[in-house]
Amino acid sequence: MSEVELKQIVKIFPGSTKALDEIDLKVKDRELMVILGPSGCGKSTLLRIVAGLEKATDGRVFIDGQDVTEQEPGTRDIAMVFQNYALYPHMTVFKNLAYGLKNRKINKSEINRRVKEVAETLQIEEYLDRKPSQLSGGQRQRVAMGRAIARNPKVFLFDEPLSNLDAKLRIQVRLEISRLQSKLGVTSLYVTHDQVEAMTLGHRLVLMNEGRIEQIGEPLQVYESPETLFVAGFIGSPPMNLVPGELNEKGEFNLGSTVKIKLDDFQIKSKKLTLGIRPEHLLIDGTGAVMLGEFIVENYERQGADNYLYGKINGLSHPLITRVPADTIHSVGSTINLSCEKNKLHFFCSDTGSRIENKKDT
Amino acid sequence: MVERRPWLNFMTHLVLIFGVVLTLFPVWMTFVASTHPGEVLAIKPLPIWFGDRFLENYSFLITEGLPGAGGVPVGKMMMNSLIMAVGITIGKITVSLLAAYAVVYFRFPMRMLFFWLIFITLMLPVEVRILPTFDVIAKLELLNSYTGLCLPLIASATATFLFRQFFMTIPEELIEAAKIDRAGPIRFFFEILIPMSRTNIAALFIVLFIYGWNQYLWPLLVTTEEDYYTIVMGVHRMLNTGESLPVWDQIMGTATLALLPPVLIILLMQKLFVKGLIETEK
Repeated sequence: MSEVELKQIVKIFPGSTKALDEIDLKVKDRELMVILGPSGCGKSTLLRIVAGLEKATDGRVFIDGQDVTEQEPGTRDIAMVFQNYALYPHMTVFKNLAYGLKNRKINKSEINRRVKEVAETLQIEEYLDRKPSQLSGGQRQRVAMGRAIARNPKVFLFDEPLSNLDAKLRIQVRLEISRLQSKLGVTSLYVTHDQVEAMTLGHRLVLMNEGRIEQIGEPLQVYESPETLFVAGFIGSPPMNLVPGELNEKGEFNLGSTVKIKLDDFQIKSKKLTLGIRPEHLLIDGTGAVMLGEFIVENYERQGADNYLYGKINGLSHPLITRVPADTIHSVGSTINLSCEKNKLHFFCSDTGSRIENKKDT
Repeated sequence: MVERRPWLNFMTHLVLIFGVVLTLFPVWMTFVASTHPGEVLAIKPLPIWFGDRFLENYSFLITEGLPGAGGVPVGKMMMNSLIMAVGITIGKITVSLLAAYAVVYFRFPMRMLFFWLIFITLMLPVEVRILPTFDVIAKLELLNSYTGLCLPLIASATATFLFRQFFMTIPEELIEAAKIDRAGPIRFFFEILIPMSRTNIAALFIVLFIYGWNQYLWPLLVTTEEDYYTIVMGVHRMLNTGESLPVWDQIMGTATLALLPPVLIILLMQKLFVKGLIETEK
């Protein structure tokens, strides 16, 4: 059992605004929690506070039910994998793996046994006598993970561990991390700005923006019902279409000059709303329940598996993106009747950014 | 700019060969002169090929020494120089490593003030502060001692600065990894920082050894007993023979011997030295 719990974490760097604003977070035992957000959102700072490398201005950190707020990183029983691996350049791979164990006064035969075991798991046995400078990026990454695993800690902390790898390797290592984590069952916190990593790796996601948590939830849940405008715009590639607009007297949402969407199912609290529709939910065959009007194709991209159409709805200045199967070909200037299923529409309050719940959902 | 043209190759080699000849000619003359009897050197022209007194001259120098110059054998003076050079080198490297470690990795009050105080000493080499320094050493009764020879030359802003710059290039994450691996400040210093500074230390060792070996003014001031004479002083004293002719064969022999340790150090540590200057191992 090893949970990580953060209570009311505040971090203020001297001479700047709040980097973290009252963060509460609970990572369950054996869970891989991904912290996702744009650069500067405070996600790395949060991780470093869990590691003990940074002192929180206020708030407490609990690992395994124990208050570790005042403890040094070395005594917290955590292991961290850094973005640039941070291997000791003058030590062989073996010594890199053994260093943390040696400092914990573990006897030699035990160190040997554990390093061998970890090297076997990660398939780095043949490199044990080499130095980090003689290894490729992917191999260094493995060694860095090995160093974390060898210690057999309560918590793994990953700080953007894949961002120095090339695209192909990234997928491979991503799968490996996922496999290892579930095999070892170690509670993990994983910081990244890459949503694909977040969606594929995380048991749950934490979305952060400007030092606050925007949403916590399982990847699909976050994708399907984003809690805030920020989350809606951040998750998904290409991003969700977000169209700001207003309600008319009859309580209808005006999309362009002709299309009006009835909102009787939604719990409306304000007049200024933003409509969100994912590109793949815009239907081009006119089968959806909600008709959205004529869409004029201004540009298109072929990405192999599917095509993206860029354009505008008649009478609406805001551009939209739709995702269509690769075999449907539309030329620039052609028009399509767009439609959408009602339950694929998202509405957000434009002022507060919060999601407006569909009555049927709740 | 890399250009490969035959005539350019020829020209560059010509320049290099000229440089080598220019540098090596005096050394050659010195060495050749030390293998001749003294009388030959007193008349023109100077020989440019070896004489037959190599063994006699050198064995005499190493074991007995010149009566005119206090009669200290060259061997003894070389030993003194070696002790001083190594003392200064090791002292400087130790002190600088520690000072740089403190300045870079610890947040103590007035840290930058201390750094600048160290830095300012760059402007005060021994020659400038020689009288007060002599006074201090005299009052500490360290005249005619190895401590007196080495100590005032040990404090070094250049080496501290060099290590500071190097430490600052070590990524923060490495320090953090060490913290998580439960390496305290002392462990980090000895097991990570020093091994990583290996090439820098080697480069500095060479530079400082030669600096220490070539010291002339300071040993001249603090040593009055023959037992503490250094080789560089010794060569000079041999020239001050008063009425009689300088014994050029012996002087040249001493100069040649004085040349050997720095050359040896460079040859032995050359690989590390070059690495330290050009390579950042990270």
